[in-house]
Amino acid sequence: MTAPALELKGISKAFGPVQANKDISIAVQPGTIHGIIGENGAGKSTLMSILYGFYKADAGEIFIKGEKTAIPDSQAAIAAGIGMVFQHFKLVENFTVLENIILGAEDGRLLRPSLSKARKVLRQLEQEYELHVDPDEIIENLSVGHQQRVEILKALYRQADILILDEPTGVLTPAEADQLFRILDRLREEGKTIILITHKLREIMEITNTVSVMRRGQMTATVKTADTTPEQLAELMVGRKVLLQVEKAPAQPGKTVLEVENLKVTDAKGVARLKGVSLDIRAGEILGIAGVAGNGQSELLEVLGGMIPGDGVIRLNGAEIPLSGQGANGKARRDIGIAHVPEDRQRDGLIMDFHAWENVAFGYHHDPAYQKNALFMDNAALREDTARKMEKFDVRPPDPWLAAKNFSGGNQQKVVVAREIERNPDLLLVGQPTRGVDIGAIEFIHKQIIALRDQGKAILLVSVELDEIMSLSDRIAVMFDGQIMGERLPDQTNAQELGLLMAGMANDGGAA
Amino acid sequence: MDYLTLLQVLDSTVRLATPLLLACLAGLFSERAGIFDIGLEGKMLLAAFFSAAVAYVTGSVWLGLLAGIASSMVLAGLHGLASITFRGNQLISGVAINFLAAGMTVLIAQDWFKQGGRTPSLIGGARFEPITLPLAETLQPVPVIGPLYHDLISGHTVLVYIAFLCVPATWWLLYRTRFGLRLRAVGENPAAVDTAGVSVVGLRYAAVAICGILCGIAGAYLATALQAGFVKDMTAGRGYIALAALIFAKWRPWYALSATLLFGLLQAVALRYQNIDLGGVVIPVQVMDALPYILTVVILAGFVGKAIPPRAGGEPYVKER
Amino acid sequence: MEKMPKWADVVLIPLISLILAAAISALVILGIGEDPVAAVKLMVKGSLGSTYGWGYTLYYATNFMFTGLAVAVAFHASMFNIGGEGQAMLGGLGVALVCLFVPWPHWSVAILGAIAASAVFGAAWAAIPAYLQARRGSHIVITTIMFNFIAAALLNYVLVNLLRPAGSMDPATAKFPAATNLPTLHELLAPLGISFSKSAPANVSLIIAVLACVAVWALIWRTRLGFELRAFGKSESGARYAGISPFKITMLAMLISGGLAGMMAINNVMGEAERLVLNAVEGAGFIGIAVSLMGRNHPFGVFLAAILFGFLYQGGAELALWTNIPRELIVVIQALVILFTGALDNMVRMPLERLFLALRRKEA
Repeated sequence: MTAPALELKGISKAFGPVQANKDISIAVQPGTIHGIIGENGAGKSTLMSILYGFYKADAGEIFIKGEKTAIPDSQAAIAAGIGMVFQHFKLVENFTVLENIILGAEDGRLLRPSLSKARKVLRQLEQEYELHVDPDEIIENLSVGHQQRVEILKALYRQADILILDEPTGVLTPAEADQLFRILDRLREEGKTIILITHKLREIMEITNTVSVMRRGQMTATVKTADTTPEQLAELMVGRKVLLQVEKAPAQPGKTVLEVENLKVTDAKGVARLKGVSLDIRAGEILGIAGVAGNGQSELLEVLGGMIPGDGVIRLNGAEIPLSGQGANGKARRDIGIAHVPEDRQRDGLIMDFHAWENVAFGYHHDPAYQKNALFMDNAALREDTARKMEKFDVRPPDPWLAAKNFSGGNQQKVVVAREIERNPDLLLVGQPTRGVDIGAIEFIHKQIIALRDQGKAILLVSVELDEIMSLSDRIAVMFDGQIMGERLPDQTNAQELGLLMAGMANDGGAA
Repeated sequence: MDYLTLLQVLDSTVRLATPLLLACLAGLFSERAGIFDIGLEGKMLLAAFFSAAVAYVTGSVWLGLLAGIASSMVLAGLHGLASITFRGNQLISGVAINFLAAGMTVLIAQDWFKQGGRTPSLIGGARFEPITLPLAETLQPVPVIGPLYHDLISGHTVLVYIAFLCVPATWWLLYRTRFGLRLRAVGENPAAVDTAGVSVVGLRYAAVAICGILCGIAGAYLATALQAGFVKDMTAGRGYIALAALIFAKWRPWYALSATLLFGLLQAVALRYQNIDLGGVVIPVQVMDALPYILTVVILAGFVGKAIPPRAGGEPYVKER
Repeated sequence: MEKMPKWADVVLIPLISLILAAAISALVILGIGEDPVAAVKLMVKGSLGSTYGWGYTLYYATNFMFTGLAVAVAFHASMFNIGGEGQAMLGGLGVALVCLFVPWPHWSVAILGAIAASAVFGAAWAAIPAYLQARRGSHIVITTIMFNFIAAALLNYVLVNLLRPAGSMDPATAKFPAATNLPTLHELLAPLGISFSKSAPANVSLIIAVLACVAVWALIWRTRLGFELRAFGKSESGARYAGISPFKITMLAMLISGGLAGMMAINNVMGEAERLVLNAVEGAGFIGIAVSLMGRNHPFGVFLAAILFGFLYQGGAELALWTNIPRELIVVIQALVILFTGALDNMVRMPLERLFLALRRKEA
C-alpha cells in the first residue's frame, strides 16, 4: 500500500479556553475524495486553517506522502502541494483571471513572461480537466461558479496535489454544484487528492470515497462512504439520534395577513434581485421559502422588513404598506406589527458591543414603555424587561449587562428571537433562524416559532437548510433567480422535487 | 497675456507642481497598497527641515536630500507600525504624524539654529541649482520653440526632472512588474495575497517605505530647491493638496501628473495675480487659494465622475479563517 | 468573556498612553538640552500655581471642551470630524456678526444670541461634508480637511474685504460693543468673595462648556437619538435593520458636532479677543482630536482631557517665556497623545490583555 497523500497525527488547537481541535488523526489516500463533515463550529475550518498554515497547531504532526512536513505559513502549504479553495473566494475582483492566477506564483520580476506562460498552462489545464474560463475576463464579471473555477485553477497552477474545498456548494446553484462535482470527479481520475469539507450529507454520499465526521473539535469516526448511511452520519455528527421532524399540530390558517403582489427589488448596482414576487401568508401559518443562497430570499426579507426599497404592492391585514420613501423603514414596519429576525444576527440583528439590555431595545427604542419622559429613555425599566425576557427564553448567562459579543451564537439568537417574538407581531419575518446555533437552541427556537404560529400569527421563514424548511413550514415556496418557482405542501413533496425547483428547472407558475 | 508671460506662468506651474507630484505619487504607492496616508504633509515637512538643516551644516545638498529622505522614512515607519503592525486607525496615525512633524521641526530648528524655528538661508552647494539643458541657450532665439525649451523645459533643478520621471517609472512598476501586481492586489484584497503565500505585511511596509522616500524628496525639494532654507510650516497644506490630487487622479500615475499640474497651475496663477478680473467679475485671491480644495470636494461629491478608492484601503488586515 | 476589566480599558490604557507620551516628551526636552523636571515644575507653577495661571488653563480648557466634544460626538457615530478647526472659524464669524450687528442690551442676552449664531454657523459648515457623506459617499475625513482650508480662505476674504474697519490694516473686525463683553471669572467670583486674577481670560463660557459636557453625556447615553447614534456608529447595516435612518443620523451627528466646535467661539472670540481675528482658533479644533481620544470619547473624559491640555497649553506658554523650549513642544505632546491613545492603542492594549488573561488563568 502506498503512503497516504496526507496524514494528520494528534492535531490539537485551542483558542483560549476553547478547544477547537482535539487530538485529530486522519489519513487521506491518494486519488480519493475524502469528505469531512460536521456541524457549524465542529472545528472543520480550524483544522483546514492549520493545514494551510494560517494557524499553528498546539500539538500534532502532519505527514505529506509519508514525510513529516511543517506548515508554518501558506507558502509552505503551497510548496507542499496543498491547494485551498475557501468558502469566501480569495480573488482580486478587479483583476483579470490571468492576473489572479499568477499572483504570488510569478516566474520573475517582470509580469509579461509570467502572463504568457500562465496563458499556455491555463490552456493545458483547461483541456486536461475541462475547466473553461476566459483568461482575460475581469473577476467581478464572472458568475460565482466560474469564480470558483478560477480558485481551482489557481491551486492547479501551483501544482497542488491535494485540493481542499471548504463548503464549496454553499453559494452555488444545484446545477453549478453538479458541474463542480464533475470537475472534482475528473480531478480524482487524474490522481489528485481532494478533501471536501461540508455540512451537507447529500454531497458526502454523492461523491466521497471516505468520510470523517467531526464533532466538538474531535474526529468521531472515519468510514468508507459506501459502508455508511446518511442517518448514521447525522447521528455521528450531532452525537445522538436527531429528530429531523419537528412536532407540531396541523396548521389552522385564518384570514390572510400578508399579501405580496409583483414585488421587485433592484440593488445599488442596478441588478434585479426580486423579479416580481407574489405570495400571501395567512394567520396561523408558516410559509417557508426554500432556495440556494443568493436567489433573492435575503432581499425579500429585507424589503418586507423595510431595510431596502422596492416596487410593487404589499398589504398587511388589507392595508397597503409603502415600499419606498417615507414610511418604508424598519421602524415603520415594527409600528404596524411586523417583526423581523434577520438572517445575519451579528451584522444586523444585534449591536455586538452593546449590552444585552440595549440590544433588547434595538429597533424598539421608541417604545413608550422604555421612555422616562419626552426627552430621556428609561434604562432601568429596559433592564428589567430584558431580565424578564432572558429568563423566559432561557438565555445564558441571564445577565442584561453582558455585551452581545460575549454570548454564544445560540444565546445571541435567543436574544434576537425573544425581542422579536415578545412583541407579539402579526407577521414575523425569520431568516436563517438556526444558522450557527447549537442543537439545543435550535429545538428551542423552532418551538418558539411554532408557538407563535399557534397563536394565530403569520410567519415567513427563509432558510437555506432544506430540512428546516420541510419540517417547520405549512407551505413551501421555492425561490430561484428572484422569482417564486412554485409552491408545494411539505407532505406532498420531497427534496428531489424541491431541488429541481431550486435549480430553476421547473416553473409551474404561482400557487400550488 | 503674451507668450512669454504664459511661459513664465507655466514655468512656475512646473515648479509648484513638482512637490505636489512627488507627494501625490507617494500617496499613490501607500494607498494602492491599502494604507491611507493623510500624513504626507508631516513627512514632507520633516524632510524639508532635515534636508535644509543637513545641507546647511555640511554644505552638501545631496547629503541634505539623503537626510530628508531618511527623516521622512522614519515617520513612514511610524505610520507603518501604527497601521500595519498594530492595526491602528490609519487616519488618526496620519493626523498624529502631521502634528509631530509640525512640532518637532520648530523645536529642533530652534535648538540648532536659534532663528525662531527656521534654518539659515542656504547658499551655493547647499541648494539645488537649475540645470540648463543642452542647446537651451543656442535654441533660445528660435521663435516659439526656443523660449519654450529655454524657459519652460530647461532651467529646473534636477529634482524636477526626477519627479517627472517618477511618473512613467511608477506606471511601469505598478503595471509591468511582479511587485506592482502584488502591491495593487494587497490594496484590493489582502486575503488573496496572503493565501497566495505572499506577505501582506512585507508588501505594505514596502509601499509605505516608497511613500516615505518620495515624500522625503518632495520635502527636500521645497527647502533646498524651491526655496533656500526651511521655515516653519513651509509645506502649507501641500500634503493635503497632493491627497486631493490623488483622489482627482483616481489613484493612477498619469492622471496624477495631470492633477498635480492643474493644482500647480492654480497656485501659480494665485501667486502671480492677486485678484483676477474676468470681464468685470473680480475673482479674489482667496478663491484661487481655496480652489484646489473646492475642486476636490466637487470631485469627491462625484459630480465629475466617481473616484473609487482601493477596496481594502484604510482597513487593517486581520487574517480570517 | 471580556478580555479585561472595564476599569483597565477606561483608566489604565489612557494612563499608560499618557505616561508614554510624557516620557517621550521628556526625552525631547532632554534632547534640546533642557531639564524635564525643571520644565514640569515651571509648567505646573505657571499654569496651576496662581489664579492667573488657572485662568489661562481654564480658558484653554474651555476651548478644548467644545472641540473635544465635537470630535467625540462624531466618533460615536463612527465619523472622524477633522473639520473642528474650520467649524470653529465659522462659529467665530457667526459670533462676530451677531455681536457687531445686533444691539444687545446686556451680555446675558448677547451670549444666548452668540451661542445660537456660533452653533448655527459651525453646524452649517459641517452640514455640507455631512450631506456629501450621507448622500454621495464622499469620505468625511477628506471633505472636512478640505473645508478647513476653504474656511480659512473664506474668513480671510470676509475679514480683509468685508468686516475690516475702514483705515485698519489688520485683517480683523472692529472691537465688539461693550455690552457683549462676557464677565471673566474674576468678575463672576468676586461677589462670592473669591479673588481671581483680573487679567486671566477665563470667562463665563467655561460654565457653558461644562454644561455642554453634561448635555452631551445625556444625549449620548440617555436619549433615543444618542441610542441611534451609537448603534449607527457600531453598525450601519444594523441601524438600517432597526429602522434608524443613516442619512438622519449622519446629518444630526455632524450638525451637533459642528455646532459644538462652532460654540468654541463664545470663549475665544466673544470672551477673550472681543473681536474676530484671522487666526482665532489657533489649532484648538485639532486639539479636540487629542482631547477626545484621550478622554475615550466620553464627555467626562473630554472634560478631564481638556483641562489636561489646558494645563499643557498654559504651561507650554510659560516654558516658551522663560526657557528655550518653544511653544511647539505642546504640538509634539499633542501628537504623541494622539499617536498613543489613537493610532498605537493596540500597542498598549495587546500586552495588557495578555496580562489580564494570564492573571485570570492563574486565579482559575
